[in-house]
Amino acid sequence: MGKLPAIIGTLPMMIVAIGVFVIGIAFTVVLSFTNTKFFLINIDFVGMRQYDILWSTPRWLQSVANIWLYGFGHIGLCVVLGFLLAVAMDQRIRGEDTFRTIFLYPFALSAVITGLVWQLMLDPIWGLQAYVRSLGFADFTFAPLANGSTALYGMIIASTWNGVGVTMAILLAGLRGVDEEIWKAAKIDGIPTWRTYISIVIPMMRGATATALVLLVVNTVRTFDIVIAMTGGGPGISTQMPATYVIDSINARNVAQGTAGATVMLLPIAALILLQAFFRWRAARIKARAV
Amino acid sequence: MSAATTTYGVEPSGPKPRRVTPARIGIYAFLIVAAIFFLIPLAVMILTSMKPMDEIRGGNIFALPLNPTLDYWVKAWSSACTGRDCNGLAPGFFNSMKITLLAVPISIILSMLNGYALSFWRFRGSELMFGLLVFGAFVPFQVLVYPIIFALSSVKLPWGGTLFGTLPGIVIVHSIFGMPILTLLFRNFFASLPGELFKAARVDGAGFWRIFFSVMLPMSVPITIVAVILQVTGIWNDFIFGLVFAGRENLPMTVQLNNIVRTSTGTVEYSTNMAATILTGAVPLIVYFVSGKWFVRGIAAGAVKG
Amino acid sequence: MATSVQIKDLSLNYGAVKVLDRLNLDIADGEFIVLLGPSGCGKSTLLNCIAGLLDVSEGQIHISGKNVTWEEPKDRGIGMVFQSYALYPQMTVERNLSFGLRVAGMPKPEIESRVKRASEILQIEPLLKRKPVELSGGQRQRVAIGRALVRDVDVFLFDEPLSNLDAKLRNDLRVEIKRLHQRLKNTMIYVTHDQIEAMTLADRIAIMKNGVIQQLDNPHTIYNKPTNLFVADFIGSPSMNFLKGDLADGTFTTNGVSVPMGSYGFVGSPNGKAVLGIRPEHVQVGEDARKMPFQFESEIEIVEPMGAETVAWTTLAGQSLTLRADAEVDLQPGQKILVGFDPARGSVFNAESGNRI
Repeated sequence: MGKLPAIIGTLPMMIVAIGVFVIGIAFTVVLSFTNTKFFLINIDFVGMRQYDILWSTPRWLQSVANIWLYGFGHIGLCVVLGFLLAVAMDQRIRGEDTFRTIFLYPFALSAVITGLVWQLMLDPIWGLQAYVRSLGFADFTFAPLANGSTALYGMIIASTWNGVGVTMAILLAGLRGVDEEIWKAAKIDGIPTWRTYISIVIPMMRGATATALVLLVVNTVRTFDIVIAMTGGGPGISTQMPATYVIDSINARNVAQGTAGATVMLLPIAALILLQAFFRWRAARIKARAV
Repeated sequence: MSAATTTYGVEPSGPKPRRVTPARIGIYAFLIVAAIFFLIPLAVMILTSMKPMDEIRGGNIFALPLNPTLDYWVKAWSSACTGRDCNGLAPGFFNSMKITLLAVPISIILSMLNGYALSFWRFRGSELMFGLLVFGAFVPFQVLVYPIIFALSSVKLPWGGTLFGTLPGIVIVHSIFGMPILTLLFRNFFASLPGELFKAARVDGAGFWRIFFSVMLPMSVPITIVAVILQVTGIWNDFIFGLVFAGRENLPMTVQLNNIVRTSTGTVEYSTNMAATILTGAVPLIVYFVSGKWFVRGIAAGAVKG
Repeated sequence: MATSVQIKDLSLNYGAVKVLDRLNLDIADGEFIVLLGPSGCGKSTLLNCIAGLLDVSEGQIHISGKNVTWEEPKDRGIGMVFQSYALYPQMTVERNLSFGLRVAGMPKPEIESRVKRASEILQIEPLLKRKPVELSGGQRQRVAIGRALVRDVDVFLFDEPLSNLDAKLRNDLRVEIKRLHQRLKNTMIYVTHDQIEAMTLADRIAIMKNGVIQQLDNPHTIYNKPTNLFVADFIGSPSMNFLKGDLADGTFTTNGVSVPMGSYGFVGSPNGKAVLGIRPEHVQVGEDARKMPFQFESEIEIVEPMGAETVAWTTLAGQSLTLRADAEVDLQPGQKILVGFDPARGSVFNAESGNRI
């Protein structure tokens, strides 16, 4: 009866949910088993051949290794720094709003801008290295982008600068969400502040921590803009990422190869979703047992 | 309590004397060092954009400009080269404006309807649709790039060509990828409204559209502001969609910025590059500084970006 | 009896706002004190000050003879129970009880014996291995009480401990707290906005308003001889009837109706504008009204049967008057009936100051 307008009103959502997300992903996965170049003509199914090629291509292998290192570095730094900042902000400090504004503004800037600014900062001739040398430390070396073995670390610094503020904001919201009476009870029990954080408050912040982690993982898997802006993938292939590999493959009219890479990129997301389903199921079970 | 008061036998009374503890000093020191780390790139951006390369040479990126100039801003805006075109960032700015002004209202209206329907008008399969949509928020764009290229190229326009590489094309793409987060935002908002409100309107005989326009829309102003902030900054900062889908005529500012920087020949002209960077970042930064707390509110829901 | 908790000239200001205003309170050893008042009256603030969770602006707090104004909460010899239970969610009941003692470095056998004793008293032994999410509200609050119990302290503080429970559980736990007090004989300070809890539990009730104690006395006196209009109105449900009028030479006149006050024990200068307060259960109808010193004919307007009793609304001299009658008395709206009360059992207040006269 009255539901028809609701169905009409949400038609765009259904088109996007099914047409783009379900069919689109299926399309990508199917293409990864073909030899599609660019146009859908003269296509053959080739089984796992695209994946064999993928996993024997040095650039892809490097990309995968990179994203692990970059992911651990970026996510680890964001969580640790974000948590320390959140705890510091939670100590009834003066100027909290000012600090928050400062920590968060990089997030309002695009990854392209982040990449370009840090490219200058880390430029051996113009940036921080030159500045410190001009102070008299002639041997000072800090130019990670110039060297293939360190370029990724430079990128981690830049992306952490961009992303710490958000992690802090989410974790701070989590800290503030802890019942004030828990803090009072801990004070009455004589538990030192640091111990209260470690033994009581952090374990209570699973929700906020999970949110922050999921966002970090999702954004890490997508890493693209900052690579293009900061290093272009170089020196050599030292900062290539799966996302750049996929886009470059499609641009190079090797769609099937690109979709194979893209399909692999889905795996961590699938793992996240399974993990979340597991935690939900476990929480529901614990609740059921309580009754 | 101080030793003196104890000696004189004065009882502790009133507020406990506060001492500046090392822990507190440490907290402030940590925050200030962190603040400096976050501010340095902004300072470098501004300083560099206002002085010639000679003044940056020799480790002087932090030095104040001797003769502050906006020449590089003007150059970046109107005459910096991308490839053979030397029109500066201005075309990119207007392209980004067009894309943002079209995509923001479209994606917000669609998502608001979704959120409203999902909260008050559940039908068979509506939750499944929502689940799929939220799942879409987590999918890397790269997975969907080719399917969308394919779909947009299949739509033939009456005046020739296809949707791929056009303004409507990029607007559609932004509307699609903005939908999951915005729908989540609006659904949570509508779900937090008292259900009696909806029931009362139903009893009064109002239907889907009537309730939406007369009851829900006026109440959604605050959440809509959050959504606008989220979408304006998100779309303005987008790089990959603009790069892939916008076409040469509609390249957004971020893509133009990157092109300008990549085009520099010989020594990198950081002065112009930084001026261009500031100009590109100006819109989201202004939105951020003006909106303040609203921006923070949107973050939890919308921290997913490229 | 020895003083357990002594509060001297305690003030707490947030800027210009005075939350507590030069408050004095002496609590005897083993006494059960209830701090009662509407929200925002400062009762929880006072409790938090005693606990050391809030810094006071002026004044002193002594517990067990020791000035603890500047002491840390853990060194004050107090245990506290909160409205939201405030159990540590990731720890088992046993660990919740023992965590503070462990952190303090108490020897294991001592901890074990204290946890054992507390869980016996509260009958929570079967729950020791569970986590708070696996407990019902009542069980959680018992664990929270246990956490105060293991501290082996002189003074227990309760901050609205039953407010999150449903009505039936609230009654059960109230009785248990009373039993606990009778067994342990500790000093207990209990904050609530529920007057039933206050009346049933307290040795003495301190009724607060705007950071000031209005009346501190045993429940019987508070109920029957409220010290001012605020207390009279706050305590009792349905609340006391108030008739506005003038008092002259032992007679109260309201809208032309004279009520001789009889044997009412006046204090101070009684003449002038006054308010006469009569509890609804002191107003009688029908045959019972004939025995009353003051009687009048009136019409019943509204009847509310409550089961055990019936509350009815009538008027006296144009002012609304509530009365409580036995459920067996047949009252009908519109019915004319004889109504009477004993003015000497009422309370008279000065209309301007609101104080009892």
